[in-house]
Amino acid sequence: MQILHVEALSHSFGEREVLRNLSLSIDAGESVALLGANGSGKSTLLRLVAGLLMPTAGQIALVGSAAAAGRTEVGIVFQEARLLPWRTVLRNVTLPLELAGESLTTARATAEAALTRVGAGGLLDRSPSEISGGERGRVALARALVRRPSLLLLDEPFAALDAITRARLDDELPELVAGAATLLVTHDVAEALLVADRVLVLGSDGAIQLEVPGLRGQPSTGRRAALLSPDGAARQTRLYGALDSVPHA
Amino acid sequence: MRRLTQLTPVAVAALLLAVWEVAVRTFAVPQFILPAPSVIAVRFAEAWADGTMLRHLLPTVTEVMIGGLLGGALGLVMGITLGLSGSARRVVSPYLVAAQSTPILALGPVLVLWLGPGLAAKVAVCALITLFPVAISTLVAVRDVDAGTLELMRSLGATRWQSLRYARLPAARSGILAGARVAATLAVVGAIVGEWLGGTAGLGVLLNLARGSLFDTPLLFADLLQIAILGVSAYALVLLLERVLSRRIA
Repeated sequence: MQILHVEALSHSFGEREVLRNLSLSIDAGESVALLGANGSGKSTLLRLVAGLLMPTAGQIALVGSAAAAGRTEVGIVFQEARLLPWRTVLRNVTLPLELAGESLTTARATAEAALTRVGAGGLLDRSPSEISGGERGRVALARALVRRPSLLLLDEPFAALDAITRARLDDELPELVAGAATLLVTHDVAEALLVADRVLVLGSDGAIQLEVPGLRGQPSTGRRAALLSPDGAARQTRLYGALDSVPHA
Repeated sequence: MRRLTQLTPVAVAALLLAVWEVAVRTFAVPQFILPAPSVIAVRFAEAWADGTMLRHLLPTVTEVMIGGLLGGALGLVMGITLGLSGSARRVVSPYLVAAQSTPILALGPVLVLWLGPGLAAKVAVCALITLFPVAISTLVAVRDVDAGTLELMRSLGATRWQSLRYARLPAARSGILAGARVAATLAVVGAIVGEWLGGTAGLGVLLNLARGSLFDTPLLFADLLQIAILGVSAYALVLLLERVLSRRIA
């Protein structure tokens, strides 16, 4: 079943066209990574799919109907965790449910389960200022997953983290997303290959330039080894080659 | 070290009062020009003992409370409305700035003319003088909420009202309370000036009485001390409110 179908999508900011005639589909449970240079339109694509921007041209169908802001089928994790500092970790994760009109008691139970699933079950009553960057990333992930979305949009969610924390979260991500289809945008070739079934490169013309299979299908313990195998290295080389041909902003 | 820092303001005040006391006695300054702190303290105690101070304090406190709350509430509503609506801001902001540039105190006689010399005119002066700092600080705080937070709220399907309740107002809290702190002390100024324009009781009336018909300079200073205590208390009340709200991390 197709969760996301993007057809001939174009988007401009004033005179500047960032996406041109882009088409893309994601099936239920599938994970797709989108690589591209700065300013190539990766984050714009996520905002269009999330309904936060209106496309200049083209169609976006989410589970069969048009994209719109706030649809429960979509969860989004931004580059920064964007936790509300006046709420505890638990109440940050109950927020989407409170907005949807759920009672606080039900919301608390659901949010607690989501936090436990992403390995942040011990942080419930902590303030966002009291937890580490990696923990904030996990909490933001739990908030995006708490409404059980069919599609999870990840906008370089771990970019600001240190290398060790980032590697750990990359390793865990395929299991943490709990069956949701994912669209991850990143600059990091290794991250893209580790978490995705398919890795796409966004070209300078605003359309998909290259598609390479990812390593998500491998068992979690073997993914990093696969990344360093001759086949993994060849995939990385192709992706780096495609990225090198894109002029950087 | 911290204890020393806490003691410093008290020590400075004690030193200033001692210098004042010694200077007045040494140079034999007439009491009707500048009474010594000890004389003021005695007169302050007397005014409390014979009920003078309480009789004049209660109307002022009433004016400050009603006027401050009314002005604060109107300022909050105005600030939120203008903070949320760019078009309302463009239309109203020039008038808001113009109104803030007009000395509210100069409007006092007009307000007395319209509302009479009773409570209403004094409450109106207090309300007008507190409205603007609260309105401006609320406008800025509500308008300048982090764009990322607002985008997050949109991505979660928040309505305009939900964004205000769950994001804008909590994020704007410290900005709004900064305006309220300024307004709290201004409310006392508004009440005193309102009382100068007419009336039979209030700390402002007592100032006029002590200076004019009674010619009681120690009472004048005792009244000033009481006004300062009232201003500090109003400020402390807002600080207490800030503490209570900051503890309410959900």
